[in-house]
Amino acid sequence: MKRNYKIINIDCANCALKMEQAISRIPGVNSARVNFITGKLSIDSDAEDMTGILEQAGDACRKIDRNAKIVL
Amino acid sequence: MYIQHKKEIIRIIAAALLFAVSTAAVKLLDLKGIGAFLAYLIPYVYIGYDTLSKAAYGIAHGQIFDENFLMAIATVGAFATWEYPEAVFVMLFYRVGELFEHMAVGKSRASIAALMDIMPEYANLEGENGITETDPEDVPVGSIIVIKPGERVPLDGIVIEGSSALNTMALTGESLPRDVAVGDKVISGCININGVLRVRTVCQYVDSTVSRILELVEDSAANKAVTESFITRFARVYTPAVVVCAVLLSIVPPLFVGNWAEWIYRGLTFLVISCPCALVISIPLTFFGGIGKASRRGILVKGGNYLEALAVADAVVFDKTGTLTEGRFSVCGLYPHGISEEELLRLGAYGEYYSQHPIAESIKEAYKGEIDADVISDYREIPGKGIECMVNGSKVLAGNSKLVGIEEGGHTGTVVHISRDGAYEGCISLEDSIKEGAAEALEGLKKLGVRKTAMLTGDRQAAAEKAAEAIGIDAVYSELMPGDKVKIVEDMLTQIQCRGKLVYVGDGINDAPVLSRSDVGIAMGAMGSDAAIEAADVVIMDDGLDKLPEAIAIARQTRNIVKQNIAMTLGVKGIILALGALGLAGMWAAVFADVGIMVIAVLNAMRMLAE
Repeated sequence: MKRNYKIINIDCANCALKMEQAISRIPGVNSARVNFITGKLSIDSDAEDMTGILEQAGDACRKIDRNAKIVL
Repeated sequence: MYIQHKKEIIRIIAAALLFAVSTAAVKLLDLKGIGAFLAYLIPYVYIGYDTLSKAAYGIAHGQIFDENFLMAIATVGAFATWEYPEAVFVMLFYRVGELFEHMAVGKSRASIAALMDIMPEYANLEGENGITETDPEDVPVGSIIVIKPGERVPLDGIVIEGSSALNTMALTGESLPRDVAVGDKVISGCININGVLRVRTVCQYVDSTVSRILELVEDSAANKAVTESFITRFARVYTPAVVVCAVLLSIVPPLFVGNWAEWIYRGLTFLVISCPCALVISIPLTFFGGIGKASRRGILVKGGNYLEALAVADAVVFDKTGTLTEGRFSVCGLYPHGISEEELLRLGAYGEYYSQHPIAESIKEAYKGEIDADVISDYREIPGKGIECMVNGSKVLAGNSKLVGIEEGGHTGTVVHISRDGAYEGCISLEDSIKEGAAEALEGLKKLGVRKTAMLTGDRQAAAEKAAEAIGIDAVYSELMPGDKVKIVEDMLTQIQCRGKLVYVGDGINDAPVLSRSDVGIAMGAMGSDAAIEAADVVIMDDGLDKLPEAIAIARQTRNIVKQNIAMTLGVKGIILALGALGLAGMWAAVFADVGIMVIAVLNAMRMLAE
């Protein structure tokens, strides 16, 4: 199932690309996309509960840009 | 302008002044060694502290090779090799570039947000306790909503009371208002201009036109253009490759010729150029801008890949009825064979009673009398031929000459032959008027270099050729069965090969297989037609054929900007890398090759967002 979130404070396009790659690697995530321009993050995952995945995704994004934050 | 941009500008100006003071102090007081170092350290730290701290944060989290890291290492390296002014200048220029980039991106985001501003905020839901403002998402199907003048239509629905003019500009790019009255469909996203409308909703918010459009445009970024995917892959290898070169350049030559400081400096220049940001940001931005620009004109493109394909359109194939023509037929001649004209028309209307085809609709319209549906039975549609049914116990056939088994007569236009119990009763001829602007649109396509245009139709050859000649189409394929269209498009695809792309333009109602088989499937007049929005790659909201050359022109403009940016970025970076390796380009040039180029590329991409 595909779910959409928003990432705020992405500073550079390359970071968005790295975040996309990092989130795609989280176990349970089939694919992920980060749109730098709209800040839209879509995660395709079969998981029922996204809390854990989102936490990991948030950590992954913060590693790349410390100001980045996923909002629901 | 955002507050943080203003702050940054002030900081940059202050840093530049500090830098000037330091330079003057070093010159006038003839500072050397530690004195000069400290004099330049002050402006450096002032302008660069956050870049440096971000770089430290990145290293701590295993994110090397990001921009901050590269800039930090390059400038710290410059300090270490006694190039103090260079270090300050590079950091300063980097911040200026970053500021420009942020401003440009902020502006692009704002114009894209404005573009997406078709979202209705509330619906006036009519309930037992009068009218309440409700979130459109909470309005159930079949509810009654009231739309006042100046408000946006929140959900698709049917007008049950009132009449008004609707501004469809945001959806179709068409400035002429559309009049609606009781019984008409209204589309969400339009703006009600003057009358109060009571509307019964026909779908939930998620299925409404406006939410589908928004989703489509937002998701278009997922269908990456070939160029875009290439850049993504390129970026992944480019930075590590340049960094490796930088390391080799700083270590290997001095092993043989010495002069470590000089070679390390050259290596550092490499690092500054190694960020692929100019490409990574400007290419998607350009495609997004192109898609945005198109959608503002009522052309929805489902992805950068389709925009890219449109730019190299070689052949454009049209469906005739409803695409090139109005799709509204009018009966222009009755040629009975032994019976009265009225009787012929009556037979036609009864025979076509259950058919939804535009031809059937117009025959029924021409027949003024009542139709007693009880006497019609065993209705059957024979693909590519016509209709067979029982009327009052007689077998009625209505369709082309093959269906009734006679020779084709000399009538122009579209002809429906009718037979009853095997006896030929005559024919009804109909005319479909060619859409206004069709000839101009075709001429526009030719001017844009489209090599071949063709028309596919189930119509008779005479009618098809007449229309094709009036519009100016190269090839005509007539009297086709529904399955033939796919076959012809496939043949044309093999003919074209790599010369360009094949674009198919249809109304999206019964040509879904052809739409998906062609390189780019365009559905016209899709306002409110879910099937068309679903099946096509490009959706033209209204039915203006003039949108076709426009779509190709936008695609071309997008492609050109993308090409320019790629050529410029790689060209400048390549040259500066080469010069840097030879010691001919300093860090100043390298910073230009990085942020300078990025700003130029973003500004170039932003041309797509300008009106």
